[in-house]
Amino acid sequence: MPLYHNEDQAMLAETVTGFMAEEGAIKKELRRWRDQNCKDGFGHALWKQFAELGLTGMLAGEADGGMGMGHVEAGIVLTEIGRNLTPSPFLTTSVMGVTALNAASDELKGRYIPGIVAGETVLAMAIDEGAKHRPERIACKAEKSGNGFRLSGRKDFVIHGASADALIVAARTSGSDSDADGITLFAVPRDASGVSQDSVRLVDSAMASHVTFANVELSGDAVIGEVDGGRELLNRVLQAGRAGAAAEQVGVASGAFDITTEYLRTRKQFGKLIGEFQALQHRAAHLYSELEIARAAAIKAQQLLDEGSEKADLMVSVAKAKAGKVASLAVREGVQMHGGVGMTDEFDIGLYMKRDRALSEFMGDQYYHAERVAKMSGY
Amino acid sequence: MSDLDAFREEVRTWLEENCPPEMRQPVRDEDDVCWGGRNFTFKNEAQKQWLERCVAKGYTVPAWPRAYGGAGLSPAEAKVLREEMNRISARPPLSSFGIWMLGPALLKFGTEEQKVHYLGQIARGEIRWCQGYSEPGSGSDLVSLQTFGEDKGDHWVVNGQKIWTSYANKADWIFCLVRTDKTNKYQGISFLLFDMTSPGVSTKPILLISGSSPFCETFFDNVKVPKHQIVGELNRGWDVAKYLLGHEREMISGAGNADRLNTIGAILSRQGLEDPLLRAELAMFDVDALAFTAMGEKFLDEIKVGKAHPAQPNMMKYAGTELNKRRHELVMAAGGSAALEWESAASNEGARPRTWLRTKANSIEGGTSEVMLNVISKRILDLPGA
Repeated sequence: MPLYHNEDQAMLAETVTGFMAEEGAIKKELRRWRDQNCKDGFGHALWKQFAELGLTGMLAGEADGGMGMGHVEAGIVLTEIGRNLTPSPFLTTSVMGVTALNAASDELKGRYIPGIVAGETVLAMAIDEGAKHRPERIACKAEKSGNGFRLSGRKDFVIHGASADALIVAARTSGSDSDADGITLFAVPRDASGVSQDSVRLVDSAMASHVTFANVELSGDAVIGEVDGGRELLNRVLQAGRAGAAAEQVGVASGAFDITTEYLRTRKQFGKLIGEFQALQHRAAHLYSELEIARAAAIKAQQLLDEGSEKADLMVSVAKAKAGKVASLAVREGVQMHGGVGMTDEFDIGLYMKRDRALSEFMGDQYYHAERVAKMSGY
Repeated sequence: MSDLDAFREEVRTWLEENCPPEMRQPVRDEDDVCWGGRNFTFKNEAQKQWLERCVAKGYTVPAWPRAYGGAGLSPAEAKVLREEMNRISARPPLSSFGIWMLGPALLKFGTEEQKVHYLGQIARGEIRWCQGYSEPGSGSDLVSLQTFGEDKGDHWVVNGQKIWTSYANKADWIFCLVRTDKTNKYQGISFLLFDMTSPGVSTKPILLISGSSPFCETFFDNVKVPKHQIVGELNRGWDVAKYLLGHEREMISGAGNADRLNTIGAILSRQGLEDPLLRAELAMFDVDALAFTAMGEKFLDEIKVGKAHPAQPNMMKYAGTELNKRRHELVMAAGGSAALEWESAASNEGARPRTWLRTKANSIEGGTSEVMLNVISKRILDLPGA
């Protein structure tokens, strides 16, 4: 498969690019909800509009009312979300959540997928425990209780937790913290008894929760996939999230790069446009080069995931690490090249820096993924 | 089964039957490369056999039309062939500046007669070419070149000097930028082809820090060049040169080495690497290198269907060469004092340090990294005054 979008994908990209620039623009969405101190951190009306375009259920099977599309298509949407810093539950709900639900019972699918397709339901991912992404260790426990399970423990960095209809929770049903086996995924309704959330605004204005499960009684039908055998499914969900976050970071980097190079073409100092200075030209050209490479890594990872290739896991980590490195460079160069105004809230470049910082941590930063690349390469 | 799957089967079988086992090992050093040409000595029978079989099949230049010695493969088929060759680590049957650089320029600018004649020779590995571009006073500022061809009716008489001519002392013919109009800087250069055995041509190898002499000074003293040996129009050689530089930059970038997912850390870990900070640098390098592999694949896919920005080879050259320099810094660091050995059997006569030093030229030859960044600023980013 060639490493560029096919005709259908190019058409989707054109539609989504126009839509997001219009409806998901920074002024219209991010600044509006932030300035109103919105407790969800995103707009439900826009989520509905996503649904009208068929985006919210794009990864769900056609039999379930979705579009049966793949990670390349999801990447197209996420790149535009990134470029416009559009606050949206797309990554957690439509990408990671649906990837999990695609392995669920018909009953669970029936409970959540129609609402996702309609742009009414939101899902959050409860995976991380602690401040860094370390899904190899899962301590949150679900013990057998009658016909169901009793869930106890704590999860952190649960994006959109407070506004989600359900949390997809990775919990330990057997073994000890670092065991690969013994993991089970659950769909836990937000309002289940014993679930409490401390919802906090993050640097990028998104809302994330510290979630505590205190003896939450779950029926057996809350289980997604196999009991004790959920590691493989969890990895699939993580890969979807990492590839998606990488695509979003490519979008963030592209957006930051575009407004920065535009600034170089318009700002004058010493009687010259600052873009005439070679010191800045070379840094911009270097950044362009890095950004192209990150873009290539991201689409390669998406294609390998869609092909079900065994090389996908390695490439997803490469893409997340590379996109993390490059987006970070893009926003740092962006603020520096903007000079004083780059430090003001009025200019958007600072918003890109904040969004990038949060995305970097989401599903593992560049150091975590470089470590994975080393391990997978045998050193 | 799709046509492409059928083609893959066919290629796989052909490779199985025709690629000698000795040719299924990665190229270790310069000695393993088959350059072809009048004076080339094959390293062994397998190398010769592999070349002959590929020539017969058109696989030395698979994407070129059959009429010019290629196999007439579509971009998708050429990619399949490349993937299948990589899969068994098959060596390129023939490496040459004719294939990488002159060939694409001739395909675009050559007359039919030139294509049949020169491309055929290149495809069969009969003539080894070198490139006469840089001059002592014209490096990054190439267009200021002074080598002059005086019009003598049915031929030019060329006088001047080139430098950094790769393998000029081993090449049979040269493609050369020659000033044919002193009054016009850009539109006063012509792209000429001539035999290196012509009276008046001499070469002098330059000893490099790596201890080898791949580059030469090349002198022209009243060299006669017949008029039909011009590519493109008179005084429009700069167009040919720029087009060709794109291909040179692509070649130096290392794009096309896709599918070789051997990470450097994995290779170096066998040497008992125990330094956590070095390991971390290797891991970060591998992230960049694997991402660049995807970039190379994307670039080649896009260039085939005209989706790549015309100036994108400059970006590939910049990124690829800087990456390669970093790779060899790490190879040296991981190797420790063993990688310092310059003359010993154990070090394969200093393969590591010599290669390390050689890579420093990557970001100078064919346009420096700084020139690449200038070109990106101007042609891709459209920055003011660039």
